[in-house]
Amino acid sequence: MLKTPIKPKFINLSIVLLLLISSCSSRKIDFNAEVRPILNNKCIACHGGVKQSGGFGLVFRENALGKTTNGKYAIVPGKPDKSELIARIKHHDPEMRMPLDAEPLNEEEINILTEWIEQGAEWEDHWAYLLPEEPEIPQQDHEWGVNPIDKFTLDKMLEHDLQPSAEADKHDLIRRLSLDLIGLPPTLEEVDQFVNDQSENSYEKLVDRLLNSPQFGEHWATMWLDLARYADSRGYEKDALRSIWMYRDWVIKAFNEDKPFDEFTIEQLAGDLLPQPTIDQLVATGFHRNTLNNDEGGTFNEEYRIAQVIDRVSTTWEVWQASTMGCVQCHSHPYDPIKMKEFYQSMAFFNNSADWDVGTEFPVLKDLKEEDDQKLEDLKKWISTYGAKDQADEVAHKILTGTPRIIHEDYTDTTGAVHQNRGDQDFMEVFDGSSISVSDIDLTGKGYLVLFYRQRDQTGKVVVKANGKEIGYGALERSGSFTQMVIDLEPYKGVAELTLHFRSEHEKYRTYTDGFFLVDELPGKGEDGYEERVAELKALFQADPENTTLIMQDKPERFQRVTRVFHRGSWQEQEEAVEPAVPASLRDDSTQLNNRLDLAKWLVSDENPLTARVMVNRFWSKLFGVGIVETVEDFGTIGAIPTHPELLDWLALRFSHDYEWSMKKLVKTMVMSATYRQTSVVSELAKQNDPNNVWLSFSPRTRLSAEQLRDQTLAVTGLLSDKMYGPSVMPYQPEGIWNVVYSGNKWVVSDGEDAYRRGLYTFLRRSAAYPSFITFDASSRDVCVSRRINTNTPLQALTTLNDPAYVEAASHLANEIAQLEADDEQKLKLAYQRVMCKPPSSEKLNLLKSLYEEMHVQYTNDRAAAVELVGEPDANKAALVIVANTLLNMDEFIVKS
Amino acid sequence: MDHFNEARRKYLEFTTRRHFLKKCSTGLGMLAFGSLMGMDKMAGLDSNGVVPHFAPKAKRVIYLHMAGAPSQLELFDYKPVLEKLNGQDCPPSLLEGKRFAFIEGIPQMLGPQQKFRQRGEAGNYVSDAMPHLASIADKLTFLKAMHTDEFNHAPAQLLIQTGSSRVGRPSIGSWVTYGLGSENENLPGYMVLISGGNNPDAGKNAWGSGFLPSEYQGVQCRNSGDPILFVSNPDGISRDIRGRSLETLKKLNEAEYKEIGDPEILSRISQYEMAFKMQISVPESMDIKDEPEYIKKMYGIEDGGNTFANNCLLARKLAEKGVRFIQLYDWGWDMHGTSENGSVDIGIRKKSKEIDQPIAALLKDLEQRGMLEDTLVVWGGEFGRTPMRENRKGEVMSYLGRDHHVDAFTVWMAGAGLKAGYSHGETDEIGYFGVKDRTHIHDLQATILHLLGMDHEKFTYRFQGRDFRLTDVHGHVIDKVLA
Repeated sequence: MLKTPIKPKFINLSIVLLLLISSCSSRKIDFNAEVRPILNNKCIACHGGVKQSGGFGLVFRENALGKTTNGKYAIVPGKPDKSELIARIKHHDPEMRMPLDAEPLNEEEINILTEWIEQGAEWEDHWAYLLPEEPEIPQQDHEWGVNPIDKFTLDKMLEHDLQPSAEADKHDLIRRLSLDLIGLPPTLEEVDQFVNDQSENSYEKLVDRLLNSPQFGEHWATMWLDLARYADSRGYEKDALRSIWMYRDWVIKAFNEDKPFDEFTIEQLAGDLLPQPTIDQLVATGFHRNTLNNDEGGTFNEEYRIAQVIDRVSTTWEVWQASTMGCVQCHSHPYDPIKMKEFYQSMAFFNNSADWDVGTEFPVLKDLKEEDDQKLEDLKKWISTYGAKDQADEVAHKILTGTPRIIHEDYTDTTGAVHQNRGDQDFMEVFDGSSISVSDIDLTGKGYLVLFYRQRDQTGKVVVKANGKEIGYGALERSGSFTQMVIDLEPYKGVAELTLHFRSEHEKYRTYTDGFFLVDELPGKGEDGYEERVAELKALFQADPENTTLIMQDKPERFQRVTRVFHRGSWQEQEEAVEPAVPASLRDDSTQLNNRLDLAKWLVSDENPLTARVMVNRFWSKLFGVGIVETVEDFGTIGAIPTHPELLDWLALRFSHDYEWSMKKLVKTMVMSATYRQTSVVSELAKQNDPNNVWLSFSPRTRLSAEQLRDQTLAVTGLLSDKMYGPSVMPYQPEGIWNVVYSGNKWVVSDGEDAYRRGLYTFLRRSAAYPSFITFDASSRDVCVSRRINTNTPLQALTTLNDPAYVEAASHLANEIAQLEADDEQKLKLAYQRVMCKPPSSEKLNLLKSLYEEMHVQYTNDRAAAVELVGEPDANKAALVIVANTLLNMDEFIVKS
Repeated sequence: MDHFNEARRKYLEFTTRRHFLKKCSTGLGMLAFGSLMGMDKMAGLDSNGVVPHFAPKAKRVIYLHMAGAPSQLELFDYKPVLEKLNGQDCPPSLLEGKRFAFIEGIPQMLGPQQKFRQRGEAGNYVSDAMPHLASIADKLTFLKAMHTDEFNHAPAQLLIQTGSSRVGRPSIGSWVTYGLGSENENLPGYMVLISGGNNPDAGKNAWGSGFLPSEYQGVQCRNSGDPILFVSNPDGISRDIRGRSLETLKKLNEAEYKEIGDPEILSRISQYEMAFKMQISVPESMDIKDEPEYIKKMYGIEDGGNTFANNCLLARKLAEKGVRFIQLYDWGWDMHGTSENGSVDIGIRKKSKEIDQPIAALLKDLEQRGMLEDTLVVWGGEFGRTPMRENRKGEVMSYLGRDHHVDAFTVWMAGAGLKAGYSHGETDEIGYFGVKDRTHIHDLQATILHLLGMDHEKFTYRFQGRDFRLTDVHGHVIDKVLA
């Protein structure tokens, strides 16, 4: 039994006390707690960062203290009687009184502002921009609670005259915990085991088992893939398909390995900039290659390259900092202390990547076939033996990524070449007599030039010259798509202007060139087998990969872009140049952050106030239905304020320090709490004092996500495949969904178990996403989505009732049940148990019985209908299908509670 | 138990109005609850006051989008001077600083390829490509100097349908149903009908709900199989059996409610009741088989066909049933001159023939039912076409075609609250640029919202820390076209 609260209500007393003190004006006003809410609610809409009516804005202190349009000072520190702000909020004339056309401020609010100015009008940063501090864990004389989370939540419950609820029934608990940690319900055996496990730590054992399940990563990846806007297509118009599923698999593995969140961050944002990045670290950079590509004929590639860069800026800030950068593109932030120039400083981190809205989706990482992989290893060994390991890594990198490449925008001179740069094209078209040149290329030690090209009509050749001296040539053969050729170079010492001359005997000759790079000569000349190695090196450059995935690469230092401020957000009007930097309001240190790697490291450093809090809040919102900060995507001044600020900081500090960014440890702490384990039955007390459960005195009931719903249905009916990883799959969907312009791509239902994989493997074409997922509020992943909005609509009901995928699941369950050696009642009981992980109440069992009996009569009388439904005149089976279909539509099945 | 009312009562008991508003503005799904529970007028409450903001003229919209962008110079914007310039090189001054999708080098001017005449009492020009529409030209209100920012199909369609050329914003139909709800709870409030063989270039984003709850996205009516996905019962499950199984489902859910006390369960029960009703109302509303022969003839219906004409008749039926926003897309108007069908002489005549009679029939039909006075019909593409003949890669094309053009195109509207027969805006003598009363996409959107009783500047939704509007930070209601 719970003890009754005996905690004195000193909170209320203290408020009275505070009010008393404040009236004799000796108490220090707390800017964030007392002043900022008034400014945000009453003033900032007109006196913000963009709209500064009367020349008065309240986002930065220096603005607020400046002279306003009419020459007066709104705020004079220490002198409320000289401050126009005070005069205007107290004004008797409603046309002069602020806020205009609104209720006047009340006396208390006026007092607070007056005293605040009297005390010097000191500014304090918004809570989220201050570093978290170790909070004191509240202590109560109360038996309830398992870990400090409960101390924090209990404090709020008691403060709001609430009592914690009892622990949920073990059946409910295991279903809830399984759905939360691995996105799937438990099997009946797992339920039995847990329910019958009388040991004291049975719950903890269950938590540990689920945390170590490979399905943990599959479940949590879905949350992250919404943020990463992962999809299998490019987005615009013909919405061509995209191969980037290796990134999806990387995310699953990262969650399963419990990759610390700081590494998780650095590898995704800047894995390519780490010293000698591994293949996995390159795959991870797919995070920011999930942006939309526009291949439509006639589109300007630069316009959509910039759109992608801007999306990367906004997404980075939303995901790690819950800060809304979108508005700062055109003007300074209306509410938060971020200036327009600072958006472009953030953009400078991302503006140097080598990708640029092209049909090839360059750069991509080749996942080599096994035999080629072996050859590459042998080659690396050779180079390391006769040359250096660095050199081996560099060659491998060039083979696998086709970077760093010198492309059209880097050429210093061209003759007779046309830059085709629209739609899905972006290359130099060359003809007989064309040439392209790049100055100041160091040719020392270079043995080969790799040219990327597509030969259209006729054959020709390319001659390579250094300062006019021929050092190599290659014959160009026709090719249906872009390919590469390795040209041997004669040794040349020093820096030269490198020129490629194109020649052909045919008048109609033309070639598309897509850049080139130079490769060091293979070391070990004269050694046994050298020639074979050279041949292998060349073959590897041409090798067709098993598959590919999009990755991030920066342009070579010499060819980096200059980032400029866009006039009112327009990329066609660029102004002053900027260096990479993060907004000053978020960072005191003035040392230069140079690139994405510096940015990523700063995000997960001790000096960042937001990252740990933002991530803790994301996990919390998934487990508790609502975040400690309800607006998980916005921690800015107009975002929600935390309901449990001390708890948020306590968790953030555990996460970033004690747990060394272990996401599993963080999740474990949350689900081990008594707060998490409460029942979801709403007590009368809670109904009265906190029906919306802000203070967490019971467990929330939340509708399952689109993917969870599908996975759960397949799992309980015995259809789910546990196959992991690989290319996305196509389960059944109705005809005609992929009716996309200029596209021959077809939805072809996957074979065998691939049609029954978990939802996160379902092929996601952005312009025509899997219909039942969209109906259940999944994202089509065009933009970063922090929160899906749950709806409850008749179209959802129609989906789970009639979608052939759900009907098939019901039939499968019915079939399995029908085959059991048991009486009807036992069968129905078991069917319910399979679906809900617990035995039915007698009331529910009776309802199922009468449904079954009635359906049995119906299908006995209408054998044709039974044949239609189950393929044979079996009234028993048909009736069970109806029962199963009904069970799969129960509210309790659609939610976790 | 009357679940509808019970849920509503419990709901109100459970949440104070203040909380309801808070939830709305942070979008936790309560909003959905509000509108589904028949409290649809409350849905707009969080957006700075009650929607509608003032008395609406139009109750519903039928939006006819010609995907690919028809040439204004062959249909409504008559330019005799251009005829005289036909075949001459385009003066460089017209090309300076302009961006085109395909034109390169110096293109030639291309005169109108259709015959124009003045029509009706108002004397507006309509070409012979649209004889039926020409006969009722006095019912139309033209915007002749429309302009946009985007010259590629997908971004331009997004701009006109969502107010932004990038994906992720709610479409106009979503905004409208979010604000005004549906007039018929047994049908979706926003429905999309497609003809011409392809979805529009912008894909389903053109009717997506963006950051608004997903229930406000357009529901696509399908041409074969279920008219709306999953509306029919599986083979072997009769309506009777479905009814009986839903009755048990309801009792199971009631038992759960008794145990747990979560009002969302009641909401679920009512969704299933509504779904059961929709299984009847949807196929009924989407079946034009039983329309009288003279009506079918008037529209030029092909029985069982998937034509624009069929969709026009369906649009009228859905409008009658209270669907708030009916969006038609007809694909195949992108006439660059790459083929006969893609030409502005022959191709556009063929394409016009497919839409001319049905649109005229739709307007007359609405009128004879007294519905034109509170229905707003909008017709247009996503941008215009150049007065120059397209010369892709600088070469003469096999057929006569025009490139994409942002600076001038024609949109017309008809019905509720408009000055019929009025023509607003003028382009220069070659139809290249608006010279009088230019109107932007956002102005059109502001005007549509205005006719529905909504102030486009006040109708906002907070997402990721910012109050978003359909018209972004732009747009002015085009007062002069209002009756």
